[in-house]
Amino acid sequence: MATDTSTAPSAITPAPEAHHRQPTREPRWQKIGGYVGRIILVVFFAFPIVFMFVSSLKPDDQIFGDLDSVKAFLPVGKISFDNYSTVFDTVPAGRFLVNSILLSALTVVIGLFVNSLAAFALSRLRWRARTVVLAVIIATLVVPFETFALPMVWWVNKLPWLTLRGGVPLWEFGWLDSYRVQIIPFIANAFAIFLFYSYFQSIPKDLDEAARVDGAGWFRIYRSVVMPLSGPAIATVSILTFLPAWNQYLWPLMVVRSENLRPVMVGVSYFFQLKVAWGPMMAYSTLITIPVLVLFLCFQRAFIGSIASSGVKG
Amino acid sequence: MSISTAAAAAEPAIEARTRRPRRRLKAAERHEARIGALMVTPAVILLLLFFFIPVILCFILAFTNARLIAPEPAHFTGLDNFTRLFSDPVFWASLRNTFYFGLVVVPVQSAFALLLALLINVKTRGVNFFRTMYFIPVVTSIVVVSILWRFMYQPDGLVNSLLQTVTFNVVQGTDWLNNTKTAMPAIMFMSIWQAVGFHMVIWLSGLQTIPEERYEAADLDGATTWQKFRYVTWPGLRATRTFILVTITIAALSLFAQINVMTAGGPLNSTTTMVYQAVRTGYQQQQTAYASAISLIFFILVLTVSLVQRYLTRDKD
Repeated sequence: MATDTSTAPSAITPAPEAHHRQPTREPRWQKIGGYVGRIILVVFFAFPIVFMFVSSLKPDDQIFGDLDSVKAFLPVGKISFDNYSTVFDTVPAGRFLVNSILLSALTVVIGLFVNSLAAFALSRLRWRARTVVLAVIIATLVVPFETFALPMVWWVNKLPWLTLRGGVPLWEFGWLDSYRVQIIPFIANAFAIFLFYSYFQSIPKDLDEAARVDGAGWFRIYRSVVMPLSGPAIATVSILTFLPAWNQYLWPLMVVRSENLRPVMVGVSYFFQLKVAWGPMMAYSTLITIPVLVLFLCFQRAFIGSIASSGVKG
Repeated sequence: MSISTAAAAAEPAIEARTRRPRRRLKAAERHEARIGALMVTPAVILLLLFFFIPVILCFILAFTNARLIAPEPAHFTGLDNFTRLFSDPVFWASLRNTFYFGLVVVPVQSAFALLLALLINVKTRGVNFFRTMYFIPVVTSIVVVSILWRFMYQPDGLVNSLLQTVTFNVVQGTDWLNNTKTAMPAIMFMSIWQAVGFHMVIWLSGLQTIPEERYEAADLDGATTWQKFRYVTWPGLRATRTFILVTITIAALSLFAQINVMTAGGPLNSTTTMVYQAVRTGYQQQQTAYASAISLIFFILVLTVSLVQRYLTRDKD
């Protein structure tokens, strides 16, 4: 299984085979062994997902019938989309999907704006308490959400919200069971601010100066100078805020009771209450996985790059 | 993790600025400060409302008798919640299980992730493909993964039939999630399968920060593969190592979704965890205060563990 680590891939285009002037210490069998190992691992990571997709197309008796052969991973036999129609007949799956798309999109878009603006102020403007604010924001990174989720349920239940009752503005209390309770708490994100901040630090400050000389205000610099240069950071932050937003589970489980406000992951609990067959369960799982998987396969470089940049930069 | 240095680096600039003699620039500076504060305000208000206040509330509510929906306002009850907690066998079970999970998953997952990273950190064809495939479980939601494996772990499920096929009926398997001995290991296995790709990617980016020349020098000295790993790769991964340890530990101690979907803490409390117990008492039984007490202990635990890890893996220079 040992492989030659003497060549780390770099951002530069891979060197051609001529690079192998030095005697490489990798005999042919080791090379083949490395490939075999990698392929076995592909099977290890992919088989449950393939099994899920394939099972979603089969009736239950056939899922269990196919288990002891390779057929478990092949769409053969009585293949149909019946499980999917069962899903839409038993739970409001369409509604869940729309909810999740809406909630994730709003969280990501508003978050991009709020967090980049904060990072811009931290990175490029001089104001008192700047370093304190920055240090405090970074210190919050080590506190997992689970530690304060429960007090937060109690807290959002006390928060006011301005509503209109027949044209009359009215304060009502309690955010439970709403869209806002699933979006607003997750807009400001210390991690996103930190990523934007470190990216903005790498953009030369002379550009601001030049724009200032031309009479641009700070908001103008943010909009027309810094943000247009920050494509990679915007992509990274979008991915890193979209994934948890789409996968929201613990929070909506606690604060959302109404069926028509629920996101996709909480919809799962329905099936457990209904004790439905496994086929529809696999169909629903496939349904809520496919959107993210397609996004991932289209933008896999950005996805993996965003995770990588979250780790080592600092 | 030179996160703190970013803040520190900004300091001299500010000091230099404030030491300047006051001059005409004052109006412009005041304007700049105002705009800066204005830009940071939305994020700061939101973080106050949805991070700092809940964290502080956790410390306060733990010493009260607050409930989610209560006829009368909460009042202080001192250490009542904690005395009740420490005499609750379920609490000790969840503490034990949380540690058990962490102690297995942290080393195994970080080592396995490093192995994967080394395996695909080579200039051969198809590396991109392998990396993508190993990463697929990471982008699949843990809730979906939990449902899927719950299905596979059934007595007549895929895991048992695979085991029988591979071992020619020697290994029979068991009812994985309903057996007190196997339920937690089964969840560990699945959790590692799901998350290991994430840390593989972080190891990879760490590996790519190691200068090529060091490997070339090692080659010239005739170092073996193992020696290269021991004297070049391993020391070069110091910063990455700390980050990986801390993140895996926090994630492992926060175990919740898998339990909620797969076992609901059973069988016989063999898989209940701190977060699961906090959610069950806080949300299902609406005992906010009691759940806050559990959260508070969890908070102290996470903080202690990550500080200890930072200290142990600190730069020895």
